[in-house]
Amino acid sequence: MSTTAASPATPPFVELRDVALAYGATAATLAVERLNLAVADGEFVAVVGPSGCGKSSLMKVVTGLWPPSRGRVTVDGTAVKGPLGIVGMAFQNSVQLPWRTVLDNVMLPLEIVEPHASRLRRERRSYEAKARDLLQLVGLAGYDRQHPWQLSGGMQQRASLCRALIHDPRLLMLDEPFGALDMFTREELWGVLQDLWIARRPTVILVTHDLREAVFLADRVLVMSARPGRIVAEYTVPFPRPRTLETTYLPEFTELTHELRRLIAEARVGVAPEVSS
Amino acid sequence: MSDLPSVMPPDPDEPLPFEHTEKMSERLRPLLPWLVMGAFLLLWEAVVRLFHIPVFLLPAPSAVAASLIEWAPQIRDNALATLATTVAGFALAIVFGVAGGVTIGSSATLYAAFYPLLIGFNAVPKVAIVPILVVWFGIGAVPAILTAFLISFFPILVNVATGIATVEPELKDVLRALGASNRQIVAKVGLPRAMPYFFASLKVAITVAFVGSIMSETVASNVGIGSLMMTASARFEVPLVFAGLVVTAVMGILLYLVAEAIEKRVVGWAMRGHR
Repeated sequence: MSTTAASPATPPFVELRDVALAYGATAATLAVERLNLAVADGEFVAVVGPSGCGKSSLMKVVTGLWPPSRGRVTVDGTAVKGPLGIVGMAFQNSVQLPWRTVLDNVMLPLEIVEPHASRLRRERRSYEAKARDLLQLVGLAGYDRQHPWQLSGGMQQRASLCRALIHDPRLLMLDEPFGALDMFTREELWGVLQDLWIARRPTVILVTHDLREAVFLADRVLVMSARPGRIVAEYTVPFPRPRTLETTYLPEFTELTHELRRLIAEARVGVAPEVSS
Repeated sequence: MSDLPSVMPPDPDEPLPFEHTEKMSERLRPLLPWLVMGAFLLLWEAVVRLFHIPVFLLPAPSAVAASLIEWAPQIRDNALATLATTVAGFALAIVFGVAGGVTIGSSATLYAAFYPLLIGFNAVPKVAIVPILVVWFGIGAVPAILTAFLISFFPILVNVATGIATVEPELKDVLRALGASNRQIVAKVGLPRAMPYFFASLKVAITVAFVGSIMSETVASNVGIGSLMMTASARFEVPLVFAGLVVTAVMGILLYLVAEAIEKRVVGWAMRGHR
């Protein structure tokens, strides 16, 4: 099965070639192996797979937090050697700093990423206005002076999305951002995320356990095998945007999630070939 | 898709449900410590009078109070001297404790390298160090300041190091993924997160700092509450010894309250369950 969907004319924005990542001190266990992946600029890709298939390793490798044991990772045409300022991240845990207000949490990346960090002191007002605009966009208007622990889990996750986007990242890495939320909040935030993506068009890699979430949000869904993880299947999602919750009740939607479900069940029992080097 | 439910920001003045219950006991609560202390003093006074305990064994609170008034000028001068040495040693402990805590807390290697040595230093009884300090610096304020420093430095260092070393990995990842340096991670996350630990340690450290300075004064100084108490006990002025204890306790409580007031301002976010 092919894993590259980007048209040959434009080089992919994110590309992984034959990437392996060994885990632990002894490097005995491979989290991912022979991982090939290409994501076009502005594309929304979801990665699904059985638990422990190395989806988080994929996140770490692409963001430059961990160097791959083997293979090549390129983002925007250059090899990844370390953390990149053009990446925004959000996790299952919203990881807010409890001593900062919601506004100051959202503005945290601006204190680190250039050119914002050196401008922040002089242009604080305009940056604050920008942060407030983002908070309004996700439905948190009026909460900027609160502390994160005064908000519900869903609201914290909205703030976390704002923090991931404040420095206008070209690549958004989302590691099960809605995994800890109830279904209604989750579905609501799908809409929020889709709106943000349509408005700004960053490249998004979303790692998730939720197949409906993957199909609802992504242009393309990639299925990973059990550890060591590889991409074993890929589906292009045909539904037009903006998608609504009605989309999730279409028979084609159910069919696609059903098919993904079947593939993951296979991947879990290890039908995918285990390769050792 | 953006028809989000309009969630109203909460009104801070609105009373929480069930807040009206236990109003009575809540109003009494600030008085309780004073009531308990008063009862304790009354009991003490009664026991001394009832059993005719001689004043050189256990003076009654009234005798201690009388002694406090009689020796007020001497007590004031010596108390101020002790306060100055303690605060000086305590300040040194904060400076070196925070610096050391940040250093070994932000590096697993340094932590592993220095921690055993620090435990060894801390295990040495500080009384045993005073004679050495006297040999090096002579009798006076310097050994007292250094003893206060040595005894209060360790809890501060350990707590700051723990606060920084236990920063959640996800929190670090958020910053590292943005390209933050180690220094930035310590400044933005490590230090603020270590603040509750730091203040918890201050409350322990200020109390033991008094132990250090007074201990040193009793053997190696001619001024200070420790020295005053030694002189008084040599002259069987037992009420004055007790007066020294009372003054020390009051100073300790005052500095504790200062630390607590600063703590409430700085790390109120960490005590959100106690509002």
